[in-house]
Amino acid sequence: MTFLSFLISGLSLGSVYAIIALGYTMVYGIAKMLNFAHGDVIMVGAYVCFFATTRWDLPPTVGVLLAMVVCTVLGVLIERLAYKPLRSASSLAVIITAIGVSYFLQNAAQLLWTSNPKVFTSVVGNSLIKLFDGRLTISVIAIITITACIVIMAALTWFTGKTKMGKAMRACSEDKGAAQLMGIDVNFTISVTFAIGSALAAIAGVLLCSAYPTLMPTTGAMPGIKAFTAAVFGGIGSIPGAMIGGLLLGIIEIFGKGYISTQLSDAIVFAVLIITLLVKPAGLLGKQTTEKV
Amino acid sequence: MKKIFCVFISFVLIIGLMSGCGGSDSASSGDGNATGKNEEPVAVAFKLGGTGPLTGGAAIYGNAAKNGAQIAVEEINAQGGIQFELKYEDDEHDAEKAVNAYNKLKDWGIQISLGSVTSTPGVATSAETFSDRIFALTPSASATAVIEGKDNVYQMCFADPNQGSASAQYIVDKKLGTKIAVIYKNDDVYSKGIYNTFASKAKELNLEIVSTTTFTEDSQTDFSVQLANAKSNGADLIFLPMYYTPASLILQQAKSIGYAPKYFGVDGMDGILTLENFDTSLAEGVMLLTPFNADSTDERTVSFVKKYKELFNETPNQFAADGYDCVYAYKEALETAGCTPDMSAAEICEKMVEIFPDITFDGLTGEGVTWAATGEVSKSPKGMVIENGAYVGMD
Repeated sequence: MTFLSFLISGLSLGSVYAIIALGYTMVYGIAKMLNFAHGDVIMVGAYVCFFATTRWDLPPTVGVLLAMVVCTVLGVLIERLAYKPLRSASSLAVIITAIGVSYFLQNAAQLLWTSNPKVFTSVVGNSLIKLFDGRLTISVIAIITITACIVIMAALTWFTGKTKMGKAMRACSEDKGAAQLMGIDVNFTISVTFAIGSALAAIAGVLLCSAYPTLMPTTGAMPGIKAFTAAVFGGIGSIPGAMIGGLLLGIIEIFGKGYISTQLSDAIVFAVLIITLLVKPAGLLGKQTTEKV
Repeated sequence: MKKIFCVFISFVLIIGLMSGCGGSDSASSGDGNATGKNEEPVAVAFKLGGTGPLTGGAAIYGNAAKNGAQIAVEEINAQGGIQFELKYEDDEHDAEKAVNAYNKLKDWGIQISLGSVTSTPGVATSAETFSDRIFALTPSASATAVIEGKDNVYQMCFADPNQGSASAQYIVDKKLGTKIAVIYKNDDVYSKGIYNTFASKAKELNLEIVSTTTFTEDSQTDFSVQLANAKSNGADLIFLPMYYTPASLILQQAKSIGYAPKYFGVDGMDGILTLENFDTSLAEGVMLLTPFNADSTDERTVSFVKKYKELFNETPNQFAADGYDCVYAYKEALETAGCTPDMSAAEICEKMVEIFPDITFDGLTGEGVTWAATGEVSKSPKGMVIENGAYVGMD
């Protein structure tokens, strides 16, 4: 029974990582850049939903939609102002800029909403499903997060694989110059990528804070890094990989805590990551491609 | 391709390292947060400075202490007599930045110090104030290492060991629980310090600790494993030596696995009721040790809380009250010693070292407070229990 309840805790923690990792991997797969500000866009999304549902008493669905709209606009703005001027700069410069954007968002949030933690009201309630005479409980949020994760993963796979925009995205990720010559608007395509990634961040933020209800300006930072780890673990750029990576990371973390030591849980997670990357450098589902430099 | 993955791996490691280095997640500039617009240098004033986390993850504590001190300074300056000029520098809850912030205060001409708000930076700045002979009275850096071996560093809050052993004593005296679980934050000197003394006192009193689990700054979201461990070991009381943000998550997650032990917290638990949108029914019956109660009805507390709410739009916590008390304690000590603002920091320091062990101070956080020559305050922790969303004294 302990094993099962740990497994469920691991799955629900992992599904939160997975849903954040989807945004990371999506942006990386298309724009070939690590958007370290993703975690902080999540935080902004959660704040918007918090204010909508708690302060203005709007229904949760409206709150989530509003958060998605705000995050989409924010994501496109960040891309336009911070990343677009660096399109031809080295990838290191872009990564540093992304870290700068992350700090900017955190401190802006602190100025706007103060550093006092707020308690997020779950958008789906706190109901529990009890099994085996109440010896095993599963929270509804965990189920919704996992479902949302699968739906988003499927939708993204379909979108990048089948639609015209998706084809344009794949073309851009392969060769921006050639894509432009074929008549694809590269800047627009990348903006759309950021818009989708940021809308996903809003959903992730709402689900993250529904599961772990403390909301502060630094809320997105650590889950963001863990989710980035999950994305690399699963093979960054691969959409199913992000999901598997996230779930595995959550399960390893909880099992590490439960069966080995609460003190060493993070060390165990990163040790597993390092070993995986030594054996499979592209991550679990990453494509081994040769790149001409 | 290989190269890119080298970059990935090194980034993962670097980020891991960075996040392992402690609380501060933000890197804003340390400047520009000083107060000072409200103090008009009419008469020559004592230059009073302190460092605290004004930005970053621990900003709530630094800002509270700063705001509390600011109210006290305004009140005292309005009375005439002794005048203060207050300046707070941001240390982002980081030891190295705290020393830089302190050096900035020295350039400004600091005469008396409020030390640092939190313990980790406090240990670093107190070593500096000791060697520079600047007297320091910290509102809330409660680790013993802050005052240890330094004759001119004093604390306004009660020290960590005091809290740990007082908690164990309380639990035994009041027969609150027989099987104790402890969850503490093992990368935090405050939490760990309290845990250590609690554990040794519990051993002395034959109080059985059945489960000890930890978490860190980076893993303070999911407590399911820690709670499952406590539950399966049959703990009937969980001791939580930590700040209230992770504690609120523990209360919520325990409820979601259908586990309802008693909870006992320390002064960091104070403030849990002020969490915006917090379901206070979760905290029903939680016991804690705190020196300050914002709902208290005595005149000074009421007027302080009212002023604080007007100015900063929130309910003050014990950090604010400690900051406020520090300034008043300084006023009393400076008056008793007959210090004047034209004296040098070292001269004031010698006077303060002489006078502080002799004064008795009445403040928001305690009546008849005295200090030992080691810098430790005599204040005894008060037990409180949360009933119907308010603190009620346990004695």
